[in-house]
Amino acid sequence: MKDFTNENFINILFFFGLFLLIYALNIFMGTAIFERILTNLFIYIILVVGLQVFMGNSGILSFAHIGYMSIGAYCSGIFSIPVKMKSMALPDLYYFIQITTFDPVICIFIGGIFAAIVAAVLTLPLMRLNDAAAVITSFAVLMVIHSIVVGWSAVTNGPRTFFGVPKATTLELAMIFSFAAVIIAFLYKNSRFGLLLRATRDNEVAAESIGANTVYLRWFAVIVSAFLAGIAGGLWGHFITSFSPKSFYLRETFLVISMIIIGGSFTVTGAIAGALFVTIGYEFLRWIEKVIKFSDAIKFEFIGLTEIFLSITMIVFLVTKPKGLFPFLEIGEIIKKKFFNKE
Amino acid sequence: MILQFIVDVLSLGSMYALFALGLVLVYGILKLVNFAYGELILVIGYSIFLLKGSPFPWFFMSFIAIIMCIFTSIATDYVAFRPVREKSVTAVLITSFAFATLLQNAALLLISAKPKNVPMPSFLSDSVQFLGVITPVRNLISILVAVVCLFIFFQFMKRSLLGLAMRASATNFNMARMLGIPANLVITTAFALSGLLAGIAGTLWMSKISMVFPGIGLEPLLIAFIATVIGGMRSIQGAVLGGFILAFIDMSFNYLLPQDILKFRDAFTFSFVILILVIRPEGLIRGPATGART
Repeated sequence: MKDFTNENFINILFFFGLFLLIYALNIFMGTAIFERILTNLFIYIILVVGLQVFMGNSGILSFAHIGYMSIGAYCSGIFSIPVKMKSMALPDLYYFIQITTFDPVICIFIGGIFAAIVAAVLTLPLMRLNDAAAVITSFAVLMVIHSIVVGWSAVTNGPRTFFGVPKATTLELAMIFSFAAVIIAFLYKNSRFGLLLRATRDNEVAAESIGANTVYLRWFAVIVSAFLAGIAGGLWGHFITSFSPKSFYLRETFLVISMIIIGGSFTVTGAIAGALFVTIGYEFLRWIEKVIKFSDAIKFEFIGLTEIFLSITMIVFLVTKPKGLFPFLEIGEIIKKKFFNKE
Repeated sequence: MILQFIVDVLSLGSMYALFALGLVLVYGILKLVNFAYGELILVIGYSIFLLKGSPFPWFFMSFIAIIMCIFTSIATDYVAFRPVREKSVTAVLITSFAFATLLQNAALLLISAKPKNVPMPSFLSDSVQFLGVITPVRNLISILVAVVCLFIFFQFMKRSLLGLAMRASATNFNMARMLGIPANLVITTAFALSGLLAGIAGTLWMSKISMVFPGIGLEPLLIAFIATVIGGMRSIQGAVLGGFILAFIDMSFNYLLPQDILKFRDAFTFSFVILILVIRPEGLIRGPATGART
């Protein structure tokens, strides 16, 4: 048991260093665009790490997390819009919300908690499903959340743009939150719940025979991971400041899943690496698209090129490295093996 | 009024049933969900759209479109399923999802993000009246086509050798292979048939909305999902039944619900799907005995 805490410590220390390094890089570069990209990266890290808490430990693919993210974003936005703005942005809002406003950071937590509550209520009966049925229901959960967000105009401004959210997310805030998310993910993974859940992932029947309750273990993981997704949503909402239900749909789902698949869903390290590499690749391709667009060499619109590239990368990864870049070992374990040369 | 409702349900349901049947065919044998299934509709739409300028008659164009659809379906097998078939369920789900995204964005990149008009023969939209029911011709054609297709399909599954091999594979794939049924042939046939059914249903779908855009595949995919979940993921009769039940639910919502609740229709339908999966995970009609991936 002592060994596990030790590894947690190395892992967390490593990512603390990495995040500081990224932060230092930003000071060094100093441009606004770079800061935007990095803030986005940290928000995606929270989201993907949140997804990893459920997907990595239970082994079940989930499409629903972008839905939880949207709950976090809308919830946090609704509570934080200044009272004067509210009557303009959301004229039909219920009275008791209309007159209350909190600090954005508190609202981000409210969003996370709300997302966790929705996930808890919605998914408890779904946790006994396996394989394809589990995936289809998670897809259905995404659809339900999406259509409620689109339909509930009084609160979400319907399919139109939701605006007026105060800008509160800075690079520092995003970094602190994503570091907290990494700590939660590691602590969870090596906790009693995480270990038992991973046991059910590897062999459900055997794990249940020694007393693991699969349904409740998965349920707990969903709640934790929906909370993180909700936090990511809130941060994103306070970063972008105006968004619509379209921002939380299949395109984003695809992006997040590609991150976790390329990185490797079984490890937190993989989730972070996936977020990092996909963001870098994404920005690089976007830059190429822009260069082509402005060079006037080819009269051709290059929308969709990024997605095509991503989907091909994903298929190649799943064929050649189906468990991603970091299949089993966390970075701490890799470092230990390499430098201290012990098992 | 009641007769009108029945005709509406039957015409919508026959389309839904064909969609669902195409999805369940692959699921039944491989126990894997094909997320790229909806993109077959996209292929149909863009094929007809691209052939618009050609001198061929419309029926020939849609015939070519259906052939393209079959080819795409087989390509799905080769790109998304065959390389990862032996690996985890998650891997195949994601590769098919990635393949779907690939096709969508290819359409976005090579053609346009804007909806494009798909030519349809004008007689399909003409209204006919009988027994107090007013309905476009295409609804009656949908019912007719579905009945013919379902009849041929079930006869094929029941009587032909290949149909027997497919049913055997759906029951226990490994056992079927041991008894000498060529696995790849059966799987390719399943994908081809799935493409054919999606192609026919897609042409009917096109005649209804007569335009095509990159995101068009989502709705048919969801329909097929819901219908198969309701009817039973592994039973081909269940898929047909599920299609008609879903059409009945959709139409009842359309007739009964007031406008401001109607926008939550999808939420209701999907909650219903979740409910069915919870109460009866196998759907209304149970399929062959072995449900696990073998």
